[in-house]
Amino acid sequence: MKTCLVVDDSRVIRKVARKIIEEIGFECVEAADGAEALEACRKQMPDAVLLDWNMPVMNGLDFVKALRREETGDQPVVVFCTTENDMSHITEALRAGADEYVMKPFDGDIIESKFQQTGLLRAS
Amino acid sequence: MIKQDDITFVAAEAFKRSGLVLSADKGYLLESRLAPLARAEGYPSIEALIAAARRDRSERLLWGITEALATHETFFFRDNTPFDLFKQDILPNLARARGLNGSIRIWCAACSSGQEPYSLAMLLDEERARLGNLKIDIVATDMAPRVLEKAKAGIYSQFEVQRGLAIQRLVRHFEQTGDQWRIKPNIRQMVTFQKQNLLESFNAMGTFDVVFCRNVLIYFDAETKKQVLARLAKQTPNDGYLIMGAAETVVGLSKDFEPVEGRRGLYGRTDAAAGKRSAAA
Repeated sequence: MKTCLVVDDSRVIRKVARKIIEEIGFECVEAADGAEALEACRKQMPDAVLLDWNMPVMNGLDFVKALRREETGDQPVVVFCTTENDMSHITEALRAGADEYVMKPFDGDIIESKFQQTGLLRAS
Repeated sequence: MIKQDDITFVAAEAFKRSGLVLSADKGYLLESRLAPLARAEGYPSIEALIAAARRDRSERLLWGITEALATHETFFFRDNTPFDLFKQDILPNLARARGLNGSIRIWCAACSSGQEPYSLAMLLDEERARLGNLKIDIVATDMAPRVLEKAKAGIYSQFEVQRGLAIQRLVRHFEQTGDQWRIKPNIRQMVTFQKQNLLESFNAMGTFDVVFCRNVLIYFDAETKKQVLARLAKQTPNDGYLIMGAAETVVGLSKDFEPVEGRRGLYGRTDAAAGKRSAAA
């Protein structure tokens, strides 16, 4: 089973996202900030990371930059999922190494569509 | 609950105008789709709206009802496969056949709010370097003026641009205006939108090398499907293509088109039809 690391400082958002992602066939691990997420990745590199931007300790942007410098850190598909909904944030995220970008609010259709875009899921 | 009598009336009027088949068990669909129209037209209820339509027989209101009942669901790069087929098979084949100074015409029939023709336009823009001077026209039609207006404007909500559209394409082909996203002028200019009812004559449309007619005929009865397919065939050359939805088929409905083996949803003209056309020419 493919794995997804859900990174968000809101427990509620993690819960909602986790439910959606488990329903499309992933096993989920959670992290509440970028530093926790990096720890989790060092323990076991996930197939996908759903990533909030604004978090305490280490934000999403710094996390993805750090992740991409890890030995196998180029492997996970990183999908931002954030309220930062403007073009400059999107391009900054892509430059930093993100693969996809979800603008909150999101729903199951959007997550599924983005997971298909990046090849994490086969198109139904 | 809407009375059976009213459902029958509405279904008959919508069928006459659009070919849309509304089965008797679709009462719930009627309610959810006509409620906004009733409100917009200032009627206190759906029953009052239908009563007015029955009394006045106003074409404007009857068309409004028909439009409201049609399914306008669409999204960017819907189902993916047709766009892969277009890029990998159709486009190279036609480019070879027409030459790099030739032209290709594409028709998106029942395009709704424009996501399908704009998806093709984005693809073509990305493939531009490989296409030389090949001239490509995309004509997109729908019977419903309301969705056509939206299509022409090319402005989509945050929700709409997140269904089917890769983020790199959003960045490359859209501009942000407030909380909405507008497709860039170079892509918008590649598509011509016009009103066309699939039940009416296509003679003024000209011929098309590729016709996208996806998830439309599923709402028609067999006889209407046959007629539309026969008339579509007249607008396509012998080496033209028809693309239908994943759950649709021409089998048993058309002798003019046949499935392209191993390419789900893709149809070419049959030899028989090609022979007839050249004999008639």
